[in-house]
Amino acid sequence: MSDDQIAVHEPHAKPTTYVEPGPADRFENPGLPPHRPRRADVDDAAAKRAERQVTTLFGLSILGTLGFIVAYFLVDPNLRASILVIGHVNLYHVILGLTMAISLLGIGLGAVHWAKTLMPDTEIVEERHLQASDQEARDEAAGILSQGYRSAQLHRRPMLLLTAGGALGLFALPMALQVAGGLGPLPGDTLNHTVWRKGMKLLIDPSGTPLTPEMVTQGSVIHVLPEGFAGESSHGEDGPSALEIMEVKATASVLLVRLNPELIQSQKQRDWSVDGIVAYSKICTHVGCPVALYERQTHHLLCPCHQSTFDMTNDCEVIFGPAKRPLPQLPITVEDGYLVAADGFAEPVGPSFWERGE
Amino acid sequence: MTTIPQGAHAVRDQSAAATETTADDADPKLPPPVVYLDERFGVAKGFGLFKKVFPDHWSFLLGEIAMYSLIICLITGTFLTFWFVPSMGHVIYDGSFVPLKGVGMSEAYASTLDISFDIKGGLLIRQLHHWAALLFIVGIALHVARVFFTGAFRKPRELNWVIGTILSLLACVEGFAGYSLPDDLLSGTGIRAMNGFMSSAPVIGTYMTFFVFGGEFPGESIIPRLYIAHVLLIPAILVGLFAVHIFLVFWHKHTQYPGPGRTNTNVVGFPLLPVYTAKAGGFFFIVFGITALISALVTINPVWAYGPYDPGQVTAGSQPDFYMWFSDGALRLLPGWLEFELWGFTWSFNIFLGSLLLLPLVWTILGVYPFIEQWITGDKREHHLLDRPRNAPVRTAVGAAAISMYLVLAIATINDIIAIKLHLSINDITVALRVLFFVLPVIVFMVVKRLCLSLQRADRETVLHGTESGRIMRTPEGRFYEVHEELNEFDRWHLVQHEAQRPLSLTAGPDTDEYGVDRPVGPLESLRRKLSDFYFKDRIEPVTPSELAAAHHHGEAEALPGGTAQAIEESVDRADETAGLRSDDRP
Repeated sequence: MSDDQIAVHEPHAKPTTYVEPGPADRFENPGLPPHRPRRADVDDAAAKRAERQVTTLFGLSILGTLGFIVAYFLVDPNLRASILVIGHVNLYHVILGLTMAISLLGIGLGAVHWAKTLMPDTEIVEERHLQASDQEARDEAAGILSQGYRSAQLHRRPMLLLTAGGALGLFALPMALQVAGGLGPLPGDTLNHTVWRKGMKLLIDPSGTPLTPEMVTQGSVIHVLPEGFAGESSHGEDGPSALEIMEVKATASVLLVRLNPELIQSQKQRDWSVDGIVAYSKICTHVGCPVALYERQTHHLLCPCHQSTFDMTNDCEVIFGPAKRPLPQLPITVEDGYLVAADGFAEPVGPSFWERGE
Repeated sequence: MTTIPQGAHAVRDQSAAATETTADDADPKLPPPVVYLDERFGVAKGFGLFKKVFPDHWSFLLGEIAMYSLIICLITGTFLTFWFVPSMGHVIYDGSFVPLKGVGMSEAYASTLDISFDIKGGLLIRQLHHWAALLFIVGIALHVARVFFTGAFRKPRELNWVIGTILSLLACVEGFAGYSLPDDLLSGTGIRAMNGFMSSAPVIGTYMTFFVFGGEFPGESIIPRLYIAHVLLIPAILVGLFAVHIFLVFWHKHTQYPGPGRTNTNVVGFPLLPVYTAKAGGFFFIVFGITALISALVTINPVWAYGPYDPGQVTAGSQPDFYMWFSDGALRLLPGWLEFELWGFTWSFNIFLGSLLLLPLVWTILGVYPFIEQWITGDKREHHLLDRPRNAPVRTAVGAAAISMYLVLAIATINDIIAIKLHLSINDITVALRVLFFVLPVIVFMVVKRLCLSLQRADRETVLHGTESGRIMRTPEGRFYEVHEELNEFDRWHLVQHEAQRPLSLTAGPDTDEYGVDRPVGPLESLRRKLSDFYFKDRIEPVTPSELAAAHHHGEAEALPGGTAQAIEESVDRADETAGLRSDDRP
């Protein structure tokens, strides 16, 4: 649009160099504007007032500090109160915070006010120098480098440089190897299995009550852990460690829902269910959050982390969100009246990983 | 000429007494402690540093906010280590927070509860630490924006910009490591997601998670490892790089905004002693004080309300701290079909793109920007005067567009909250945000670029026609017009000082040589010319003195259709006045 305003056009300039815009028709820097004194510069009363304000602020800070110390010892740490707008608070915490704020703000505001009213406000000009050294300094530096290089005989014995470079390039590897190698075990096929085995009872998380088909009513969703990892049985002497329980919860958590058998669309899903009761891994196939939200009317499962939505009536296929794969189904059956696993999961549960398809 | 501030009545009577305070101590002596140190370290030689001049501008305080928040984090964080137990060992809670009594949890979570409830003032320190960390990253973000939009990253500061981008990435990682430590339900969910991100990495994903977690998730290693990263590894790098960052500010001397008397070869401002010691030192206490005020009144991360981490549980509305929103939002927007099986392996681009790749990608683009812009402009000069953002319309628009992309991703993180609060379908919101991610930056780019150009035109208007004075004049014919007052040379300089960068296709000469033969232009150079056109084709040149003189001759006559000869004469006189002023005031 404003190409017509271009005055500078140098046809013989080299193609890539930058051309200074013409200096001919430009305004000139008028230099620093005249200094405007502040009130406190010219009016003794104003200066006195500023001094008073600054000392008051510093004084407030001292009071704040003392207030903090007094409150720390004298106020009951469990004192609670309701404060307008903010709501129910631990008053001890609020008092400590406020006195500390006064102590700090008093110093800060006082110092800045001091600088702005009483310290000189005449601007000072300092010269700036180009970063690049002049040619003389560069030549000298080049000389020093070259002298060092030659006096180390590198120009005559290049193998010195090559081997030194190689050694220096490699010497950190043992350290790196130790760290990397010692950090953790190799994955092996750990991720391909969970603790679920044929015949394991389905226990309610966290009570540990074994489930019978009658306990699973339509519309309810039951959080399930494998036998031995929930309730009393998990606390005993020879029960699993807290760490093992955490790992089981992170991989083997299952959601149990009773669907109207007519709604179930796939034969596999029906085969692995008991009278419409289906069990699915609770661990999202996206990044592994528990898929905890069940919509009763639509039979959708929603992951609260990234909103992947799974359709329970269609073998937990993804119908929305960032997950790709359906939640794996746990085959279940009835044994001695209790719901048990008919087998382990047929595929790895949880987030995707590189070797998953193998 | 000295202008006297309003209300300074004392001056009227004793204007002679009104002088600057001068050094009345004619023969100052070095205090004995300094003499002692000087004899041992020669410190007196370095005292020239106190005379160093820093320019003044509110936007320079943004980086200071980040710096001071970092210091607050270091202080409060050190205190927290006295009580925090970085262990995932299982304990039964027996502290004074009644609702969790008897609940099994990790030692990390139990000790965080102890800090919050059983250590006097511990909650205040925890809240200070968390708020300062948030403020640290807010400060960094605003500081990055300031440096970007004013072009402060240009030569010779490109490498300091790179250091700054690394610092900002480290700050986010440090923040993430920090809020993961309490091992509450919310932060544990974050770690679980992190585990998922790592798993998605092609080839090495599984190994990476097993090495980082010391085995299968959750294991017992992640909290102690994050802890040492959070309190030693990352802070050491942060503080080290920050020291270089701030040293380079001293070394290069601070950039300054253009203005009368400010040039590319000087710094205009106030000395370190006493003005900046008081201002910057005072500002530390202000930042600290405001952090304390917020910490006293607004609860952040009430871990006691979330409960201990349990991999089988999650709360609705789980979000990371705000600086990780864009990454979490990207994960929510990326569609599932980006995951596929190829050659027997699983490629989870739906996860990988939004997490492991997104962070390095964003920061790499940020880091290389100065080099790209320099390549496009071909400008190898040192720049110590800042650009007004409007005077670099395309850079400003590119920055604004990038921010809009970032914001779309960040907002995607609260898509569930928006859905609930506004009674919208979460699916619609997600789809809309997917579209916006691509459309919004284009719109923002166009709007911001036009805004910048319009602001530049407004600047030209102001220079050429002055400002409205509010005085209405009546001509002998009975017409009315408002007198425009010309800008004084100091105010005018702000609006005319910049140089409008021209595209390479203009400055590099014609495409043919003097015999009409085409100059060969390689593909890279051709791309560079295109980019240069994209950046600088539309531009507004600053007003030149001759344009101003011409405006005085034509402008007012135009403003007064049928105006009298007298009015024209007046304008001519005034134009001459201006011309005279310029040549007289030339140094």
